[in-house]
Amino acid sequence: MKKIIVLTLATLSTVLLHAQSAEARGLEIAKAAEQADLGFGSSIVELKMVLKNKNGQTSERSLMTKTLELTEDGDKSLIVFNSPKDVKGTSTLTFTHKIGSDDQWLFLPSIKRVKRISSNNKSGPFVGSEFAYEDLSSQEVEKYTYKFLEEKGDLLIVEQDPVDPKSGYTRRVITYNKNKGYRIEKAEFYDRKNALLKTLTYSDYKLYKNKFWRAGTFHMVNHQSNKETLLHFNNYNFDANLTEDDFTQVALQRAGK
Amino acid sequence: MNYYKIITGLSFIFSLGFLPAQDNKATHDFELELGTEYRYFTKTGQFSGQKEHFPSVSIQPEYSVDWKDGEESINATAFFRLDVDDSRTHWDIRELYYQKTKNNWELNVGLKKVYWGVIESNHLVDVINQTDAVESFDGEQKLGQPMVQFVLTTNSIGTFNFFYLPYHRKRTFPGERGRFRFPIVIDQDDLAYESSAEEWHQDFAFRWSHYFGAFDVGLSHFYGTGREPLFMFDNTGNINAFYPIINQTGLDLQVTHNAFLWKLESIYRDADAQDFFALAAGLEFTFSNIDGNGLDIGLLGEYLYDERDELALNALQNDLFFGSRIAFNDTQDTSILLGGITDLESSSKIFSIEASRRFGSNWTAEVETRIFSDIDNNEFILSNFRDDSFFRLSIFRYF
Repeated sequence: MKKIIVLTLATLSTVLLHAQSAEARGLEIAKAAEQADLGFGSSIVELKMVLKNKNGQTSERSLMTKTLELTEDGDKSLIVFNSPKDVKGTSTLTFTHKIGSDDQWLFLPSIKRVKRISSNNKSGPFVGSEFAYEDLSSQEVEKYTYKFLEEKGDLLIVEQDPVDPKSGYTRRVITYNKNKGYRIEKAEFYDRKNALLKTLTYSDYKLYKNKFWRAGTFHMVNHQSNKETLLHFNNYNFDANLTEDDFTQVALQRAGK
Repeated sequence: MNYYKIITGLSFIFSLGFLPAQDNKATHDFELELGTEYRYFTKTGQFSGQKEHFPSVSIQPEYSVDWKDGEESINATAFFRLDVDDSRTHWDIRELYYQKTKNNWELNVGLKKVYWGVIESNHLVDVINQTDAVESFDGEQKLGQPMVQFVLTTNSIGTFNFFYLPYHRKRTFPGERGRFRFPIVIDQDDLAYESSAEEWHQDFAFRWSHYFGAFDVGLSHFYGTGREPLFMFDNTGNINAFYPIINQTGLDLQVTHNAFLWKLESIYRDADAQDFFALAAGLEFTFSNIDGNGLDIGLLGEYLYDERDELALNALQNDLFFGSRIAFNDTQDTSILLGGITDLESSSKIFSIEASRRFGSNWTAEVETRIFSDIDNNEFILSNFRDDSFFRLSIFRYF
């Protein structure tokens, strides 16, 4: 009897140890990816968004994103729409927090109004695209729990479970490239029923300042609706030296004027 | 016309000192919005001369130039509408200002629009710009206000806004053919000023705003000629209306908690002829991404109180507003806003539906309808509008 208990305990502890190490390794990889991208300071990038419906019809948006790297709390970002023309100047300011919900303001240029909005809607689509708000928000390590899945050459595959119950996903499966500064090559998103919902592929990578990998193209495919969204990034500017003053409600109004 | 003098003066200042130097790379931007609309009033007007059909066209060109990496800019927006109602045919310089910014401060000189407040159904604290009253019923369209605005942002103690407002602009009222008018057609020039300096009374305003976690708060004070005329009725029913000198202190507050927005706006306005307190409080709750396809349904509820009682120009003296904002978050940005205002002391009710959608990449369409229902005959202001239920279709083309 004693033997059985010992044996069971031994098996259990091996299983536990193994499980813990998968989680620890997953977290370690996420932290390594964060570490590899540390120190970019700030960036400005213009991008074009191409939305394709299931019949192949397309519509386009162009926007500009400014990001300020912060280490003690999450990053700050400012997004300004340039087209379609009827929403030109519509802008958002987001203060990401490592723990708790983000702070977000919206600027409506036609009446010059700044409105604080709820950041509750994580799973909803960003301007009619296949990207959810949570896909585009600052990726803080604290927002997920991790499980290492497998290693294929340079590629490390990690499962990430969102901490926030308001997320539209049960899990994401992220493919990191450890030889290329832990840049992400692919992300698969599983919906609340744990069915594969979307696949995001990153391509046209470019190395900036000898350290920061940025993809030139994001391609999101929704497997359930057969709709697609492409993001084309123009050159990143890492030399603008943006400060906190560029991420205030006053700066938000200025950006959208 | 004094307004011309200001614009000539401003263009003189611009050409003198602020034009971009040759060695700076300047970025120019030009946009044009053309609009056509049809308003149809379902009932014959209460007063003689009022029309039912109002076809109309509008044009809004916008130009901006910035240099020194956006640190300095000149921004201009003009507006012109042609309408069946002569008073609604009007033009305006919505904005024409020079802006300079450096680190945490910003300076604006010229005609500009500024918005304050959090409430959807009424705009109490928003006191800087004159309302373009013939343009829309909701009071959200504003005339350009001449100003010098200085903004200082601090991380720890909030944002400070200082305004010097040298010139007052009168409100325009509908003409004989127009709707939303009184039995007597009011010409804007009939309205006098309390100040002997008339439109040149020098006005000042200040606003402090800050945010702490879930709280966004603003405190403001305005001293000068009020944007809202004061109406006095004598025993024979004649209207005596003028623009009083006011001191107005305002508070706006929003608490953003999960899907809830809790809102409060309150003002105290003090003039020789009239002191009053007004308040609006409400909440907004959004059910987001209901169908997994992006459908958002927001519910709005607001209580509106105004101590002026029936003399409140917008007739929102003790009313309840309820509404729903439906956003489809589709590629065409389809959205619908449903609303209703009900008077808690009488039978008067106003219902509204507004919807908009984009077509292609350069066209949008809007429909709006407002229904005045069971308007109490004892309502001083609103009873004049009881037959003014209407339907509007607008189409915009952007270049």
